[in-house]
Amino acid sequence: MSAASTAEPAFVAKTKTGRVTDFVDARVGGSGILREFGRKVFPDHWSFMFGEVALYSFVILLLSGTFLTFFFDPSMAETHYDGSYVPLKGVEMSVAYSSSLDISFDVRGGLFMRQVHHWAALLFVASIAVHMLRVFFTGAFRRPREMNWVVGSVLLILAMAAGFTGYSLPDDLLSGNGLRIIDGVIKSIPIVGTYISFFLFGGEFPGTAIIGRLYMLHILLVPALILLMIVLHLFMVVVHKHTQYPGPGRNDNNVVGYPLGPVYAAKAGGFFFIVFGVLALMAGFFTINPIWNYGPYDPSPVSAGTQPDWYIGFVDGALRLMPGVIGDFHFEYVIFGYTLTLNVLLPALVPAGILFTVMFMYPWIERWITKDDREHHVLDRPRNAPTRTAIGMAGFVWYCVMWAAAGSDLIATHFGVSLNDVTYWLRALFFIGPIIAFIVTKRVALALQRKDREIALHGRETGRIVRLPHGEFIEVHAPLDEYKRYKLVGFESPNVLPAVPNEHGVVTRKEKRRAFLSKWFFEDRVAPATPAELEAAHGHGHAAVEAPEAAKSLSH
Amino acid sequence: MKALSQKRRHPLAAIALLLMGLLITGGLYAVATTVNEAKASTTTFSATDAEEGGKLFAANCATCHGMGASGSKDGPSLVGVGAAAVDFQVGTGRMPMQMNGPQALEKPAQFNDEQTHQLAAYVASLGAGPAIPEESLLDEKGDAAAGGELFRTNCAMCHNAAAAGGALTRGKFAPALADTSGKHIYEAMATGPQNMPVFSDSNITPEGKRDIITFLKQIESSGSPGGADLGSLGPVAEGLFVWIAGLGVIIAFTIWLTSRTS
Repeated sequence: MSAASTAEPAFVAKTKTGRVTDFVDARVGGSGILREFGRKVFPDHWSFMFGEVALYSFVILLLSGTFLTFFFDPSMAETHYDGSYVPLKGVEMSVAYSSSLDISFDVRGGLFMRQVHHWAALLFVASIAVHMLRVFFTGAFRRPREMNWVVGSVLLILAMAAGFTGYSLPDDLLSGNGLRIIDGVIKSIPIVGTYISFFLFGGEFPGTAIIGRLYMLHILLVPALILLMIVLHLFMVVVHKHTQYPGPGRNDNNVVGYPLGPVYAAKAGGFFFIVFGVLALMAGFFTINPIWNYGPYDPSPVSAGTQPDWYIGFVDGALRLMPGVIGDFHFEYVIFGYTLTLNVLLPALVPAGILFTVMFMYPWIERWITKDDREHHVLDRPRNAPTRTAIGMAGFVWYCVMWAAAGSDLIATHFGVSLNDVTYWLRALFFIGPIIAFIVTKRVALALQRKDREIALHGRETGRIVRLPHGEFIEVHAPLDEYKRYKLVGFESPNVLPAVPNEHGVVTRKEKRRAFLSKWFFEDRVAPATPAELEAAHGHGHAAVEAPEAAKSLSH
Repeated sequence: MKALSQKRRHPLAAIALLLMGLLITGGLYAVATTVNEAKASTTTFSATDAEEGGKLFAANCATCHGMGASGSKDGPSLVGVGAAAVDFQVGTGRMPMQMNGPQALEKPAQFNDEQTHQLAAYVASLGAGPAIPEESLLDEKGDAAAGGELFRTNCAMCHNAAAAGGALTRGKFAPALADTSGKHIYEAMATGPQNMPVFSDSNITPEGKRDIITFLKQIESSGSPGGADLGSLGPVAEGLFVWIAGLGVIIAFTIWLTSRTS
């Protein structure tokens, strides 16, 4: 570009706007950037848009949050409420709660903005979660995107941190109860717990410092880190290019879709306003976190139905599921004068720890088992990676059991069952739910693969029954067109990789373990129909002809 | 004075003094306990009310509560529970009980106001107990803010801060309080029906109870300033809503945006 433009005589735009544009462009190189980004091709699929939803929710959070900072005062000084909400008139409360009430009742548009902010926060974390599920189940975390998976996971944790620090700010009874639980969890950490709690709260809970500190984290540090991670995330998306679903003409060396400019940019820009519109309608018509119902925080009352926002729910649920004692066995010990309360420490930290550790490490775990170090830009259909899909569903079900436990009291009252029974069932599901989910998902995935194979080989059932001259009835199968068939046969189906000796000719114990896991990962497989099989199937009319090898793999 | 000083050495003086002391402490104790008991007023019951109530009781309640309300293995004795307990249990349809279960469920009342009044008269005639509250305590003109504080400290742990109800153990629950009349709320506090504790007058004064009723009626009548309240159930309802309705609508839009015209 630069070589061509310097060769020509100096270009002078005809209109004033043109001259201004040219002036700016000559200095910042906008047209080059636009040409590069405008040509960036993005594949079109609805499931690729959840990251965008998260990004737009974040923008809306920044805008509505800025509005709220104009009126919110994070002070824990005591005051008597003198606003327009009568049932709290004259009640002693913190300035933080009082200013939150003022935002709700006395600032024009304040309640709407508070509700936009809170709904957007819930949608932000929800869309991140759905986005991550999509990435996991389609195998989009594989090389070269492992690092971006990690950045995304960090974003999930930061989003939860942003949410929780914000949830606590109004200093109402609900959020205070939530903080008290966090305080209890921190204090259950052996030896250092009480010190951390005292540092965090500036003395004994609740103290007079915590709201101001959470506010600083909420409006400064956490959003800055989120912004940084978003920049890294998007940068890597541009570097790696977007993944695509398998289809004719799509392979690991190309991206089939629309260029960013103009169609995709217009769609994406419009989509921002759609997300904004949906959130605005939700905020306008549905109340969220009605802090005036809860009253000011006071450590003595605890309201029934106290729960955290949904994304912290699974930790709360794990705490609810943990028994205090089992028969005579208790979980509390005093060791050298320090109390170790496992009935708080275990449920609060262990499930979340396992979940996040596996989440961060999964790309490397799968890479190690499968020895697959190739670049992947074409996604897997979830059924074509049965074991991975089953692992994902096991984790998902495990999470959902804990999540449901956070609403155990509401399950009990709304379905007219005993709270104790709900807890016992969820405790059982906590252990067996993931196992059932793994087995069922894997079987379903394999069954779907067999169905795909059947359709690829013999075509689609038409429902048309024909009677042959000798009296036999057959159903006519219509062959698939090439495009549809490609989707059913064009996938990789890796085989078990047995243990191989290293350069010294030794099969290490680690390699044996890897081989064992590889067997577990790939032993149940349904191979895609090969061209020869397709040829044979069509050559012999409706007779089911399968290669012996394929038949063997099907026999599992 | 002279007579008293002359007779203070009388042989019976010590006994008289002892009697006087006992009478005073006993009397004070009697006064103190009746003050402590949640009483409000005495709705006047006539003798015929109690008589009619006795007939209704024998026909409808005695199967479990026994003849003369003395109790049986299926139901407790009702001597001394007072008119308030009857007015609450029968007035809200909890009694006669539909079926055995973790607790008596509310249902359309089986007796009309007059019959309920007669039953209350009968049970009240069996022994002293909390009476049906006076109108002046139910006028909903107390201090809503003070009532709110009392409610959050004493009631919210079971009934939820927004009075939306909550779960108790083994199928028991604290019901939502919207649509419950002030009189029934007062009677529930005074008599402690089902699994609810009794809040006697020394625990929450009649004025405090009036404030609580004022608070509850105020939050009920002021509605939800922020739009549909999703059952006032807090973050669980909000989370369900954002996942199902919020994300659902967004997914519908993403499918629309990425669909091709062909």
